[in-house]
Amino acid sequence: MLPSTRALSLHVVLLAAGLLSLFPLYWLFLTSISPAQFVVRVPPELVPQEFTLRNYQRLFETTPVVRWVVNSVAIAGAVTAFHLLFDSMAGYAFAKRRFPGKNLMFWLVVSTLTVPAQVTLIPVFLILRSLNLLDTYPGVILPGLADVFGVFLMRQYIQTLPTDLENAARVDGASEWQVYRHIILPLCTPALAVLAIFTFQRYWNAFIFPLVILRDSGKYPLQVGLATLQGEFNTDYGMLMTGAAIGAIPMILVFFAFQRYFVAGIRIGAVKG
Amino acid sequence: MTRFVARHGWSYLFVLPTFAFFTLFTLLPVVEGFLLSLQNATVAGGDWVGLANFATLTQDPLFHQAVGNTVLYTIVVVAAQISLALVIASLIQPLPSRGRTFYRALFYLPLVNSAILVAMVWRWIFNPNPFGLANAILSILGLGPYRWIGSSDEAMLAVILSTVLIIPGGGVVLYSAAMGGLPKELYEAADVEGAGAIAKWRYITVPLLKPTTLYLMVVYTILAFQVFERVYIMTNGGGPNNATMTIVQLIYNTAFQFGRYGLASAQAVVLFLMAVAVAVLQFRWLRSDVEY
Repeated sequence: MLPSTRALSLHVVLLAAGLLSLFPLYWLFLTSISPAQFVVRVPPELVPQEFTLRNYQRLFETTPVVRWVVNSVAIAGAVTAFHLLFDSMAGYAFAKRRFPGKNLMFWLVVSTLTVPAQVTLIPVFLILRSLNLLDTYPGVILPGLADVFGVFLMRQYIQTLPTDLENAARVDGASEWQVYRHIILPLCTPALAVLAIFTFQRYWNAFIFPLVILRDSGKYPLQVGLATLQGEFNTDYGMLMTGAAIGAIPMILVFFAFQRYFVAGIRIGAVKG
Repeated sequence: MTRFVARHGWSYLFVLPTFAFFTLFTLLPVVEGFLLSLQNATVAGGDWVGLANFATLTQDPLFHQAVGNTVLYTIVVVAAQISLALVIASLIQPLPSRGRTFYRALFYLPLVNSAILVAMVWRWIFNPNPFGLANAILSILGLGPYRWIGSSDEAMLAVILSTVLIIPGGGVVLYSAAMGGLPKELYEAADVEGAGAIAKWRYITVPLLKPTTLYLMVVYTILAFQVFERVYIMTNGGGPNNATMTIVQLIYNTAFQFGRYGLASAQAVVLFLMAVAVAVLQFRWLRSDVEY
């Protein structure tokens, strides 16, 4: 075989595999913009024949989907903001500072990493119940701050930073907070970007935990809201796929805007699939 | 004391928020989770019952089914994902760097969306009607229509297919990165010996990638053990005759539909022990072989 034919067939195989993986996403959008009779058509139409926003209009009118999107942005945004601050602080202390108990703390953190979230789900639910935080936003947000992946990430990154700058700042009379705030934090920007993307994605996509904690459908994040559509619309696939489309668009935009951070994130141990 | 605070006070302040949340929402719950598994705890409270919950589970056919389904799902999915990731990563390796970047992004894009949303699409594709997409496509080949998620025989197959039909983008990225770092000399030596492309892949690339394979196996196994959203959405939380009941779905039902926190915690402990056992086995498998 000629090298160019070989390269061409390679691309054909790879593109076919990629498009097959993307097909569910395409099918979702196609269903959402097609008229109601689209879903029962045999054989199915694989390319759009008619375009309508009727499903979107109906979904906005009959469900609090906008509210759910706002809730998701607020919950995932709050968890992300807290993680950026707290993980960089703790990562800095674990990477650069010496203090009694440091190794014990770090060992405790590491030892819980293997425990699946399902083991802690019920106790966390019971703790939140005794704190009267069930069905509240703090009840969904605060347990998310116990996640220690970001501390590892920041510690690994800060360990690679030179110590001279910190010491120079201290000689100049900077306080410990100022060293963190004005020396360490600006140098951490690349790691913070990866952490922000991953934390936001993780909590935007979170399902079982908010499902268990929240009762009031007005407080639901989008994923939990989408799951309830299933009961409401059952086989009205046009409506269901429109809900799914509204959930898909934000993450796809985030992906295209910050693609390289996603790839960087996987390489430091955040595989998802 | 003042000197101690002056010296270490800031360090403790820096770790305080993280460690406080970690203690309250991870450390205590882990301990509590194991303790709950030894109690007959319900919504109303409970008493110590020793290992009675575990004894109940050994007798419970539904739990056996959940473990069986989870293990079946895990074996098929992990085998498929590792093989697919390895093959795809090997195929994009000879491409110029721009091409590799493009394909890594292409394969990762389908994975940014939530499991819920993806499961909703698959529920639509695998619906039991003749107009369902899976049935429509198979009818071209003269097959079907199948009942898919409507049948206790085919529901688990639909759940498994919904996972393995998607290229595992994370694995592709990791294999691809690892391949970039393999020593060139071995390949040059193999060229001198006259080895073909397949032989080089089989006897150099695959063995050298073993650490990545191991890491992915552990990660994918733990993820597969925790399969929940697909089952919850595609098959209404367990499927016809509990055909798709998995361990996490059962934990959810036991705890949050029946309020049996103790029994559900015991189920979660079994899941934890399964994950530990698999990780230990996989690490031994790695060590058992020649070091490179």
